[in-house]
Amino acid sequence: MTDIRSFEAPKEAGFGDFVQLLKPRVMSLVVFTAMVGLLVAPVHLHPVVAFTAILFIALGAGASGALNMWWDADIDAIMRRTKGRPVPAGLVQPGEALAIGLALSGISVVMLALATNILAGALLAFTIFFYAVVYSMWLKRSTPQNIVIGGAAGAFPPMIGWVAATGSVSVEAGLMFMLIFMWTPPHFWALALFMNEDYSKAGVPMLTVTHGKKVTRNHVLGYTLALIPFALGLGFTSIGGPVYLAVSVLLNAEFLRGAYRIWKRDEVMAEADNYKVEKAVFRFSLLYLFLHFGALLVEAVLHSSGMGGW
Amino acid sequence: MAFPAPEHEIHRRRFSRNLGVGLTLVCFVALVFALTVVKVTNGDLGHANDAPGMLGSTVPIAPELPAPAPATGAVSP
Repeated sequence: MTDIRSFEAPKEAGFGDFVQLLKPRVMSLVVFTAMVGLLVAPVHLHPVVAFTAILFIALGAGASGALNMWWDADIDAIMRRTKGRPVPAGLVQPGEALAIGLALSGISVVMLALATNILAGALLAFTIFFYAVVYSMWLKRSTPQNIVIGGAAGAFPPMIGWVAATGSVSVEAGLMFMLIFMWTPPHFWALALFMNEDYSKAGVPMLTVTHGKKVTRNHVLGYTLALIPFALGLGFTSIGGPVYLAVSVLLNAEFLRGAYRIWKRDEVMAEADNYKVEKAVFRFSLLYLFLHFGALLVEAVLHSSGMGGW
Repeated sequence: MAFPAPEHEIHRRRFSRNLGVGLTLVCFVALVFALTVVKVTNGDLGHANDAPGMLGSTVPIAPELPAPAPATGAVSP
């Protein structure tokens, strides 16, 4: 006789599981940087239009996250950090993730173009394509430089916000892009240094796996040095000012100190204190980006009240 | 007399999902409505309609040019 009590029905996905497909934590960063890009622009949009623009930029980022989860379901199931995601957990079918990703991509691009302008919509479409196809499908599994080039996808939101307001690209938008683009490698490699095992198991050619941790430590310092001119340079543009520059100098000094400490260490030292420095630098890198964009927002408020700027 | 259909188990199981989708669609409709009101009241009907003669265009239709004067046969210097 069959014991039907042992039968376990498949888990049912709730609405929240579909929201998880959109990577809400990444979306929060996209919302913040896109909002800053839009608010610091010299052209001011109606609040409803601005809200719509930020919403659909975030939704576009979420759509690319769903496409990434559809494509990477096999390696997500192996890595500890990602195995609880809705597709590898069996809550959402891969086909559903693909359908949601494609549908939301189309809706977000069309709505952004209609609400603001065609260039903003086109840039969002390119960002989704870049993250889903260039990064997820191509670079991620083929080169240890995957996150350097793939980081461009995360760098576009403030530029799209700026373009949504002004209708064109400028030096300011370019430098906001470069700030995130150059920040991504040291931020991600600091994480990879203490999450190395995950990437090894999944066969993702992360720099720590292909070239070892010593080379990764060199790269963290090198990219941090390369990041500094872009971060400081933004302070001398029309959206910068003394407040931004002061904040940026302090943040870059601290980030450089952290990168230097990572560079000076070896594996014996890192394992002895359970990657204390690497974890601290990773956490600080999040604050670094948040405070840079926060300082730009402060400058924009000061500008509008007749203060700030050069 | 019509009897209410018995609630199927799947309706209870998928209540959160259906509610979420329903509320999202309502919010989307409200957003499109608000956006339309803002665009119409601001006269910002967008690039697509901004051609002379199009409904809602902000570009005036060019006045008809006067007919060219008939040739007199005189040779201009």
